[in-house]
Amino acid sequence: MTAAGHDTHHAPGAHEGHGHDAGHGSLKDYVIGFVLAVILTAIPFWLVMGRVLPTPQMTAVAVMGLAVIQVLVHMIYFLHMNSRSEGGWTLLALMFTLILVVITLSGSLWVMHNLNTHMMPLDAHDMKQMP
Amino acid sequence: MASHAHALTEADKNRFHMTEEHHPENGTLLGFWIYLMSDCLIFAVLFATYAVLGRNYAAGPSGADLFDLPLVAVNTGLLLFSSITYGFAMLSAQAGRKTPTLVWLAVTGLFGLGFLSLELYEFHHLIHEGAGPQRSAFLSSFFTLVGTHGLHVTFGIIWLVTLMVQVGQRGLDEAMKRRLMCLSMFWHFLDVIWIGVFSFVYLLGVL
Repeated sequence: MTAAGHDTHHAPGAHEGHGHDAGHGSLKDYVIGFVLAVILTAIPFWLVMGRVLPTPQMTAVAVMGLAVIQVLVHMIYFLHMNSRSEGGWTLLALMFTLILVVITLSGSLWVMHNLNTHMMPLDAHDMKQMP
Repeated sequence: MASHAHALTEADKNRFHMTEEHHPENGTLLGFWIYLMSDCLIFAVLFATYAVLGRNYAAGPSGADLFDLPLVAVNTGLLLFSSITYGFAMLSAQAGRKTPTLVWLAVTGLFGLGFLSLELYEFHHLIHEGAGPQRSAFLSSFFTLVGTHGLHVTFGIIWLVTLMVQVGQRGLDEAMKRRLMCLSMFWHFLDVIWIGVFSFVYLLGVL
């Protein structure tokens, strides 16, 4: 019942307890997280404002990819997520929420895209008849 | 036999006490985390709404016409700084040092206020330009999503001031540390949501 060997992102002696260390970060954790977050924020702004990549699609993919990485950085270094906090229940709740988020986002986009593509096409004549 | 069973439960109890002793009311943090997850679903629905409606400009202005990226970058920086200063406040609180805790909380609150002021300035500017929430589906969903986040930050600041007053009056006991930790999770969570906002709404909006 010890946390020995699990302290992947804990300074030695920061907290020897097990199972409820949400929020018990070390100074090192916060600084690493902050530096990573600044880098991961600066890159997408630079990509968009400097028009670095050749196509907007590539920029969009890069921005969203970096956002996902930054969310993970915040989760690990600021929210101190790990598989052990609260005996794994926080991670389980997060997984469940993420599944619902994916269903909500992809479902909404899919259904609405489908409706859009099945709309009757409007031509100029139809547009003039619009109220 | 009965005494054997009794010894077992006694041992379990001891072990339970060992693992729980730092947080006697451990359930609060898990409960608060589950609240945050439900909040996350609210934002997921608002993001989905924006994803569906975000390109319906109704012949009005688009994100590329409206968004001021340097302002958003400053706003993002303010929120990021407030995250690490809250981290410093938590470290001070865990060390039981009251004055540094209060100072870092105050700095966090000021960064939060700066963020809110810039956001209100941006909203005011947009509405003044005729790009209010009633202009198009894009702007309705934009104001709803970003406004909901701003409302959360507002309540976070109110909560932060409340906790500062309480820390000033009662000092850093276990209950206060637990409250500070709940707000810590709330504050960092809002920063996570903001990552989605600035990436998906602002950066992709100007592409």
